[in-house]
Amino acid sequence: MDYNLATAAAAPDKELVHYVNELTTINLGPTHPATHGVFQNVLKMDGEKIVSADTTVGYIHRAFEKLAEHRPLYQITPITDRLNYCSSPINNMGWHMTVEKLLGVQVPKRAQYIRVIMMELARISDHIICNSILGVDTGAFTGFLYVFQMREKIYEIYEEICGTRLTTNMGRLGGMERDLNERAITKLRAFLKEFPVVLQEFIDLFERNRIFMDRTLGVGAISAEMALNYGFTGPNLRAAGVDYDVRVNEPYSSYEDFKFEIPVGTIGCTYDRFLVRNEEMWQSVSIIQQALDNLPNDGFAADAEHYYLPPKQEVYRSMEALIYHFKIVMGEIDAPVGEVYHSVEGGNGELGFYLVSDGGRAPYRLHFRRPCFIYYQAYPEMIKDMVLSDAIVLLSSMNVIAGELDG
Amino acid sequence: MQLSNRSKKMVVKPMTLKERMYLPAIAAGLGITIKHFFRKKPTIRYPEVKREFSPVFRGLHVLKRDDLGRERCTACGLCAVACPAEAITMISAERKKGEEGLYREEKYAEVYEINMLRCIFCGLCEHACPKAAIYLQPDVMAPAFYSREEVIYGKDRLVENADKRANAGLDRVNGVRKLS
Ligand code: SF4
Ligand code: SF4
Repeated sequence: MDYNLATAAAAPDKELVHYVNELTTINLGPTHPATHGVFQNVLKMDGEKIVSADTTVGYIHRAFEKLAEHRPLYQITPITDRLNYCSSPINNMGWHMTVEKLLGVQVPKRAQYIRVIMMELARISDHIICNSILGVDTGAFTGFLYVFQMREKIYEIYEEICGTRLTTNMGRLGGMERDLNERAITKLRAFLKEFPVVLQEFIDLFERNRIFMDRTLGVGAISAEMALNYGFTGPNLRAAGVDYDVRVNEPYSSYEDFKFEIPVGTIGCTYDRFLVRNEEMWQSVSIIQQALDNLPNDGFAADAEHYYLPPKQEVYRSMEALIYHFKIVMGEIDAPVGEVYHSVEGGNGELGFYLVSDGGRAPYRLHFRRPCFIYYQAYPEMIKDMVLSDAIVLLSSMNVIAGELDG
Repeated sequence: MQLSNRSKKMVVKPMTLKERMYLPAIAAGLGITIKHFFRKKPTIRYPEVKREFSPVFRGLHVLKRDDLGRERCTACGLCAVACPAEAITMISAERKKGEEGLYREEKYAEVYEINMLRCIFCGLCEHACPKAAIYLQPDVMAPAFYSREEVIYGKDRLVENADKRANAGLDRVNGVRKLS
């Protein structure tokens, strides 16, 4: 029988109408723990099978794009923290780089390398969350507990670099706010030593486990063509077999200096996404190692007195520094008129910033290209004819994060 | 689709007989749990044992005094301008004769309030202050509260105690102590 509800409404066939009336409606979300975030799915179910899904977005819409129109450029960084809160530093750095592109500020190599280190740490923490929660959703709690200790270690490194753990507000326009200090480097080195062991243990637990494979292998597959049509990027596209990675195709922040591979999957199923994310964590570890070993020594901030806050010691003493300090804090920097687009490889996919400047202190218009929003559009089509428990696993393997979905 | 020459195909091998049986995997999983059972505990007993914060941690605000015990803040308003959450309000006043021992500059903040419900602890106020007056302490966190009035921190709770100076942490330039 044709389960298409639209046809049923257009040409009421008695049998079909009866069938439709017999369907169960289930609200998956917005506060259901299985959705891992506040978004709603109205599912029409035929027994355990999903006949159609209707998604609702906007439960934590905070109007970031509108907010940003009233904020000086540097005050938008705390807003970007709250997009994908599992990997805030990537969002922060992406925004800084966008503004630097607009202002034409050249960031020294050391700052770029520190950014790479932080972005890769953020990617690891994002993938840890996604993959371990996938384990929880398939009924394996153990792996989640052990690998999550490593996320704690990553947050401690953030804390040494920027002073806080989750909503990082890390770095500044034109570089970092402070250099990598000894404590941070010690913690980083310790992390690089400990993490591979834990990750290997996690992979041993899951990757060849029959229950996990049965639940994920071939479930929720998306073809490369469909993924591209929807605009998928990041691990979800790579799992479908397309090796698109912004870090390689459109290198930023010196990513061209590092050797790493892009893992790609075959059919884009949940298992493929899991494998791709695991392999990406290995690649990230290797990138951090390379960056830490070859850390250049040319300063952590750009030499851009118009845009980068002068050192505090000078502000207290020198007139000139004080004037620049006031100008920058008041947001009265001379931004050129124009538009820029810059994208970074976020934890979830291509995170883009489209900034239109009319020369004022705030953006005229700012748009965030949020990968989660795009994934969620494909979700109803992907879960059609699936059983409910698989749909939940699929949702967590796509790593849809509510903060990024709604913006 | 091939866009670069750096892709690495993830191949899925078919399950071996051992993998197809459930039991060995369950035993292996249990083995890992038991192994962790005898490891050092990663958790700490929080109220008794406290984790060490980093010296740049962004905790509760403090309004510093200088070495003579005078308030540093000159009510320039830069922190309020820089605050993305619009958490800071202040009313300025002029220093009168005889108050030189209380306020460092000729203008001072008569009222200075931070609404901790709005504050996101981004640290931009600290970056903005040209007088080394406001800092986020690295060792004190904003405590829990029971009523809304408690959340609006006035000068009575923000200005540091002249006898018991607050720790301002480390400055942006590596390892240099902040001006206190
Ligand atoms: S820490 Fe940030 S949000 Fe809080 S008062 Fe300072 S500038 Fe405002
Ligand atoms: S705390 Fe600092 S920035 Fe804020 S008003 Fe006082 S002197 Fe100005």
